[in-house]
Amino acid sequence: MMNKIVNAEFIAPDIKLFKIKAPYIAEKRKPGQFVVLRVHELGERIPITIADADINDGTITIIVQGIGKTTKHLNKLGAGDYIHDLAGPLGKPSHIDKFGRVVCISGGVGTAEALPIAKALKEAGNEVISIIGARTRDLVITEKEMADRTDEVIITTDDGSYGKKGFVTNALQELLDEGKKVDFILAIGPLPMMKAVSEMTRPLNITTMVSLNSIMIDATGMCGGCRATVGGKTVFVCVDGPEFDGHQVDFSVLENRQKIYIDEERTSLKKFEEDCRLGKEIKKVKI
Amino acid sequence: MSKIEELIKKKLELTKKEKMAIPRQVMPEQDAVERRSNFNEVNLGFDEDTAMLEAIRCIECKKPLCIDGCPVNIDIPKFISKISDGDFFGAIDIIKEDNLLPAVCGRVCPQEVQCELTCILGKKYKPVSIGRLERFAADYEMAHREFEMPKVLPKNGKKVALLGSGPASLTCASDLIKWGYDVTIYEALHELGGVLVYGIPEFRLPKALLKKEIGNIEKTGVKFVKNFIVGKTLTVDELLNKEGYDAIFIGAGAGLPWFMNIPGENLNGIYSANEYLTRVNLMKAYDFPNADTPIKIAKKVVVVGGGNVAMDSVRTAKRLGAERAIVLYRRTEKEMPARDEEIQHAKEEGIEFHLLTAPIEYIGDDDGWVKQARCIRMELGEPDASGRRRPIPIEGSEFLFDIELGVVAIGNGSNPLISQTIPDLKCNKWGNIIADLKTGMTSKKGVFAGGDIVRGSATVILAMGDGRVAAKSIDKYLKTGVWET
Ligand SMILES: Cc1cc2nc3c(=O)[nH]c(=O)nc-3n(C[C@H](O)[C@H](O)[C@H](O)COP(=O)(O)OP(=O)(O)OC[C@H]3O[C@@H](n4cnc5c(N)ncnc54)[C@H](O)[C@@H]3O)c2cc1C
Ligand SMILES: Cc1cc2nc3c(=O)[nH]c(=O)nc-3n(C[C@H](O)[C@H](O)[C@H](O)COP(=O)(O)OP(=O)(O)OC[C@H]3O[C@@H](n4cnc5c(N)ncnc54)[C@H](O)[C@@H]3O)c2cc1C
Ligand code: FES
Repeated sequence: MMNKIVNAEFIAPDIKLFKIKAPYIAEKRKPGQFVVLRVHELGERIPITIADADINDGTITIIVQGIGKTTKHLNKLGAGDYIHDLAGPLGKPSHIDKFGRVVCISGGVGTAEALPIAKALKEAGNEVISIIGARTRDLVITEKEMADRTDEVIITTDDGSYGKKGFVTNALQELLDEGKKVDFILAIGPLPMMKAVSEMTRPLNITTMVSLNSIMIDATGMCGGCRATVGGKTVFVCVDGPEFDGHQVDFSVLENRQKIYIDEERTSLKKFEEDCRLGKEIKKVKI
Repeated sequence: MSKIEELIKKKLELTKKEKMAIPRQVMPEQDAVERRSNFNEVNLGFDEDTAMLEAIRCIECKKPLCIDGCPVNIDIPKFISKISDGDFFGAIDIIKEDNLLPAVCGRVCPQEVQCELTCILGKKYKPVSIGRLERFAADYEMAHREFEMPKVLPKNGKKVALLGSGPASLTCASDLIKWGYDVTIYEALHELGGVLVYGIPEFRLPKALLKKEIGNIEKTGVKFVKNFIVGKTLTVDELLNKEGYDAIFIGAGAGLPWFMNIPGENLNGIYSANEYLTRVNLMKAYDFPNADTPIKIAKKVVVVGGGNVAMDSVRTAKRLGAERAIVLYRRTEKEMPARDEEIQHAKEEGIEFHLLTAPIEYIGDDDGWVKQARCIRMELGEPDASGRRRPIPIEGSEFLFDIELGVVAIGNGSNPLISQTIPDLKCNKWGNIIADLKTGMTSKKGVFAGGDIVRGSATVILAMGDGRVAAKSIDKYLKTGVWET
């Protein structure tokens, strides 16, 4: 049976790592690609990046931050449960090349998304420096995995509870101030972070790729719900991306579009939490 | 004498003239006010007596023109004659020789420009309701007869994969399975049926009916794999070389919605019709928050376009609670590509039509939500390539129109995954696969295609016709091994 969760564990508060049986996807996926999944029969389709894969046991790894109804529902599933629907790998793979010195900047759960790309960049012969940002110490994830795959890991926390106090942009500035020539930057995380990095590197002319997290439905290019404005043109993030040149992205359009369903998301989450509180059984795939 | 016996007698007694003089029977409908707030089917279907009476109107022409008007050439007079004889199973058996999804086609085919257009009665009276009789026969069978396994030839050891589960693939698969092939349909989404499930709304095509029809195809042995994106999960070449398929049929549909590329189109509150309808139909957003996917509900919704997709969107908006649901179309009603029935139903439901009008810009508020459309008035000029008169903007006629939601329903391009992932397949400049309509053969050996991915936007019945044509040539190719374009 496909889509079986073979392993699931929290790696930080509200952040869970899943290993899921999906042999076809495991074999085909490339860094930068994602899956779309639904947790139950009336569930929403949500995109989640493939953080890792194991061809031998036919599994993929995803790392999920519980922020709303679907991700929190998903994070209640454990080993032995099934994902109702799982499709992929979707999106264009990251452009991997030998650039020279690369800085991978990631924030929050974006670190999970950056992991496979950082690894591929390293394998392509780049010097890879990783900057991981988080609000606080508990939310720094996959530091060890990142350290194993890159040349250097720099941590920043907003509250200074771990690593350097400050934002990822501060750490990047320090690197540049040290006189390090940076040839390529990958930034994955919350929009404000990706925007800040892009603004910072624009005058320096350092190529900066960002991974856009627009709201998706089919993720096959059929609906246009995921569209964003890049270089003044409309793109469909699911088939044209998710990675784009950060200097071309109109972040304000994306910021607005992420908020389209803010009221409905609240309603949905409230209902789910209420159901959980009342001890209602959460919807699962029944075998 | 029972009513049915009476009707049979009537058929024998009436002269041609008298038959033709019977008025075209009226389709019973759900009340127009009531149905504005539900998604139940609008047309309720003929009962047996009405169907027989309608069928008696057919004068069974010696040289019937209706058959040529049908893209799959159903023997229309023959099935109608069965209905007027009260032999409803006999009727559906005849239809099914040529049409695998009669309950669907009876509901959504544009009969008024096909079989019913050529019906001789139409010259003096109104044409026979061929589509409604087709639907009647199909519904009757569903209600009264258990599924019967068609004759299936012994397995011949050859495997065919089909991409997409729309009407083109479903038809192609149904033929191939009967001829002994091992047949698998791969569908990218989590539900089967293509546009029939994600596009056409419940109030025109109940999903339970579609499920049943697809269930029957599954019973014949066709395998279905959902959540499988050919090109991504496996490529066409991998299907051929690694998974051992001998031929491939691509029925991947249209996809990629067009926008007008006018300022403000990416504002919050502007949907493509595909997204709007997919959220409601496939994701069941009308049932939010029981279903997890939301949709924006607004008091004033404007839909841009004049086709079936626009009608489906605007009528959906009404049902979701819009006080004003408005169609903006740049030509006049006469040029609207939507079916007459849909336009009439829309009007009955209180949909407003603002014709000879097009948006040229959307204006947003401070939070990035659309609040107005800047529109321009049009007049009709000379006919264009489509034969319809070209709309020409009237200078200085611009005006502002308050809106809360906009739905863009101006057509679809081709599915982008196909040209992206099968580089050696010849496509035209719009990304549609170039295939011979007489055989379904593409530029790539062993690969066939049909339906919207080839034709651009077509119809259910044309997609089904393509599937059938391709099945025949797949059979020929796999029997002879000869690939000749
Ligand atoms: C290409 C891509 C890769 C991603 N990878 C990861 C990952 O590896 N790990 C992870 O935890 N998250 C990832 N995300 C984000 C994840 O998809 C959202 O957190 C999730 O959809 C939220 O759903 P929800 O119901 O839990 O929350 P909601 O309360 O519904 O939404 C919270 C926020 O998430 C976004 N969102 C909502 N619905 C969708 C949707 N259908 N598609 C996309 N975004 C949506 C919106 O911005 C919204 O404001 C990725 C997003 C994209 C586009
Ligand atoms: C809203 C709407 C209303 C319509 N109303 C009518 C009407 O009233 N009457 C009428 O005759 N026609 C109507 N049409 C047109 C009609 O639905 C289409 O012409 C017809 O469905 C085309 O059939 P198809 O088999 O070519 O493709 P589709 O029905 O589009 O199905 C294609 C399927 O392939 C899947 N797919 C795509 N790519 C891949 C891939 N790489 N791997 C696996 N699967 C893939 C898609 O997810 C989809 O499910 C309407 C269309 C729309 C959108
Ligand atoms: S999610 Fe529908 S087109 Fe990208």
